[in-house]
Formats: sequence, structure tokens, C-alpha cells
Amino acid sequence: MNHISLSITKNIHNWLFSIMPEGAASITEMVLIALVYLAIFAVAGLYLVLLERKVAAWFQLRLGPNRVGFKGLLQTMADALKLVSKELTGTDRADKFLYNLAPYFVIISSLMALAVFPFTKEFQAFDINIGIFFLIAISSIGVIGILLGGWSSNNKFALIGAMRSGVQTISYELSVGLSLLTMVLITGSLQLSEIVEVQKNGWLIVQGHIPAVIAFMIYMIAGTAETNRAPFDMVEAESELGAGFHTEYSGMKFAYFFLAEFINMFIIASIATTIFFGGWLSPFGVTESIPVLGVFWFLGKTLLIVFLMMWFRWTFPRLRIDQLLTLEWKYLLPLNLLNIVLMALIVWLNLTIQF
Amino acid sequence: MSYFSDIYKGIKTLLTGMSVTGKYFLNSRKGAITQQYPDNRDSLKMFDRFRGEVVMPHDENNEHRCTGCQKCELACPNGSIEIIWDRKVDPETGKKKKMIEKHIYHLGMCTMCGLCIEACPTDAIKWAQNFENSVYDRSYLTRVLNKPGSRLKPGVEE
Repeated sequence: MNHISLSITKNIHNWLFSIMPEGAASITEMVLIALVYLAIFAVAGLYLVLLERKVAAWFQLRLGPNRVGFKGLLQTMADALKLVSKELTGTDRADKFLYNLAPYFVIISSLMALAVFPFTKEFQAFDINIGIFFLIAISSIGVIGILLGGWSSNNKFALIGAMRSGVQTISYELSVGLSLLTMVLITGSLQLSEIVEVQKNGWLIVQGHIPAVIAFMIYMIAGTAETNRAPFDMVEAESELGAGFHTEYSGMKFAYFFLAEFINMFIIASIATTIFFGGWLSPFGVTESIPVLGVFWFLGKTLLIVFLMMWFRWTFPRLRIDQLLTLEWKYLLPLNLLNIVLMALIVWLNLTIQF
Repeated sequence: MSYFSDIYKGIKTLLTGMSVTGKYFLNSRKGAITQQYPDNRDSLKMFDRFRGEVVMPHDENNEHRCTGCQKCELACPNGSIEIIWDRKVDPETGKKKKMIEKHIYHLGMCTMCGLCIEACPTDAIKWAQNFENSVYDRSYLTRVLNKPGSRLKPGVEE
């Protein structure tokens, strides 16, 4: 199966290079891959929204959407159609250029991050040797879009929401970065394919045992905060700010923000899968011989972590801004620094668990 | 060292919360509280204390329990009840007696406070569990509660 799919891409590659000059062919190839990723993740984002709504309903003893299509499977498709057909409104005296630019910042930064994930062996759009660094850098660009959107809307609620988002994302990025850095101490590489390769001797959460578990917990807390989801959703605290930074957006521009939120959730879960839970590797190597099943394992682990984040969202009450900053600066950050020292000691003394 | 015990307590309480919602999640298939309304219209039964609208029950002989004392009319804070009455000759005793002609109830003005039902000395009116009260014209909301040709049930006034 894997060989077939690989040979398909190889055939397309060869065919493109046979009919075009080299430069044009590689550009066409890039555009094709971008389109495939865009199509896959637009649909995946829609289904994540549906999953969120279903899971939320089950947590609250409700049924969730079950009318459109079989068991409500087409619900978010219908919602997307509705959003596309809606009028794009704006406020008076809004900064039109920045107002229109903001959604693209958010959606493009989240789509760019998707390029570096190894979904299975050799199924990776962009195997860059500074993978984790790239991910951390890209995920900080999204907040610019949020700040722009809030600022240019000419709406005080949007502005407050955007400023809160800025405070929150800048604070929690430290924790995300440092907890990933803890794991990089074991792998010794920033390249994601290399990191997965290292985990063939046991997933990193097993290899690194105590500090890895601590790093995973810190990463999950900070990652949830990075995506501006509950319990860290003060950015769009409905009871205080309307819808927060996207109060003034409608139609497709709103849909971009919404989609970006869910793709970001998927990205945070994917990073956790790749760094802590062995990426596309199967547990105990049961499907080592069939690499195409790696997609299944990758998505399975990712969806489990996505479910964990949904569980957080529908359990915990929203934090206040001072509690949020206390949690980050007084608890997560010092613990994280201690944890790095601990991990360095463990790696230095060769106390990691290898199979 | 309250710093570390705070962290421990924090994690413990978070896990307690998650276990509660986790149990709900696992039981949601059995215990969903959602009513799929238009589908279960035939089997849907409202609970006893539901206040749908005020009705006046009649027995099989077309007899009600309303003596026309107007206590409900006085009790109603926003004038939803209007009683048209007259003194007529009672066929049994041959004496003139206060009798209702029409017990008019304006559902559109009713706030479902229930004061009329509490005030009624003879339990002539009570709550119905009907909840599909929307109509296309507001004149339908004015209802005459006693059926045409109905009369007072003997023995209520004693």
C-alpha cells in the first residue's frame, strides 16, 4: 500500500519533470502539495469542530448535532456553506487594510506549521532540520493576526480580547518552548523525522520517565493556553467581551479564525504526539512492517490528545487574568527550569529507559 | 513549603473534576437528558408541576366545580381572568343563585403565577400540562374555560 502511494507521488514527480523545465516543475509540485494539504485540513478542521460539539454534548449529557446528514455528520459542512454565503461586514472607521489582513495571518501561520509533521514514514511535506524551532516560531506568528484583528476592528471589546491574547500567548510560549526543549535534551535533534527515529527505542515519555511526564503536563497546560481554549479562553470570554477579537468579523473571515483555532488545537496535539508519544510509531512496533499504518497511529494518538484538550475545556472553569499569569510565571516557568536541569542530569547519567 | 503542596492540591482537584465529567461522558449514551421534541411528540409527557395553561376540568355529565365566587379574578395580578355571571333560578331548589355564564381566561396575559389556582376554594381550575400554546392569531388566546351548557356540580357549595 505504502509503495503504491509512494510510487504515485514518484510518478507524478517524474511526469511533471518530463513535461516542464525544472524550476516550473518544482513550483507546480509545491502548489499541488499545498492544495492537497489545504483541502485535507479544511475538511479535517470542519470535522474537528463537529467532534468538539459532539464531545461537548456527551460531557453535558446532551445529544449534540444529529439532524444534518447521517447522525449529524454533515452539520459543519452546512455551517461552512452558511458562513461562505454570508455578507462580510465591517465597522466604520476600521483600519480596512489590517482588518482584512488579520484572518490570513492567523490561518496561514497555522497551516504553515502543518507542513513539518511526519504523518508517517516519508509522508512529510517539509523535513526541515530545525523542525521544532520552526514550529515554535510559526506558532508565535498567529498572535500577530489576533492582535491586528482586535486593534483594527475599532471595537473596545475586540481590543481588550486581543490584548489579553497577546499577554497570554507571549507568557505561555515560554513554557511550550522550554518543555519541548526538555525533550530535545534526549533526542539531541530538532528535526522531527529524526526525533521519531530516536523513539524506536521507546517513546520519549517512557525514555525520559519522570521529567518527561512533568514536561508533558506542562506542555499540555501551556499548549491549551496557546490555542486560547477554555479554561484559558479569556480572549473570547463570551460573558465579558462578546466574542473577543473576532467580534466584528463575519462570514468567511470569521470562519478563518474559527478554523485556525481548531487547526491550532490539532497542531498542539500533533506536536505532543510527535515529541512525547512516538509520532507514527506503533506501540511495541506491532505494525513496523506496514509503514502506511503510521498515519492511523499518528491520527489516533493525536485525536486522543485532542480529546484530552476537549475534556479540559468542558471541565474547568475559566481563569482570571491574574491567576493565569500567576500560574505561568510563578508555577510553570520555575518548575520547567528545574525540570530541564533534572532532564539534563538524567541524560548525563544515562538514566533514560531504552528498550 | 506550601508551594509544592499547593501544586499537589491543584493537580488533585483538577483530576477530581475531570473524573466527574469523565463519568458523565461515559454515561452520556444511557442518560442523555435531551428530548428530541417533534419526534417524540406522541410519547412526550410533561411533569406534574409543569404550568402550561389554566383549565377547568369537567366531569362526564358536563359539570364543573366553579361557583362563580370570583376569587380567582381578584387574585389575578394582571387581569387575565374575567368572569361573567348572573343570578339565575336554580332548577333544583327553585331559589335565585349566582351562576357563571363565562369564565374567560386570557392566556396571552397570563404569567403562569398560579395565584388563581391557589385562591380557588373549590378546586375548580387547575394547571394543564399542554405546552404547545402558539397560535396564529391572538384572539385564539382568549379562552372560555367552562364548556357551553355546563353547570355547577351539585354538592360543591356545601
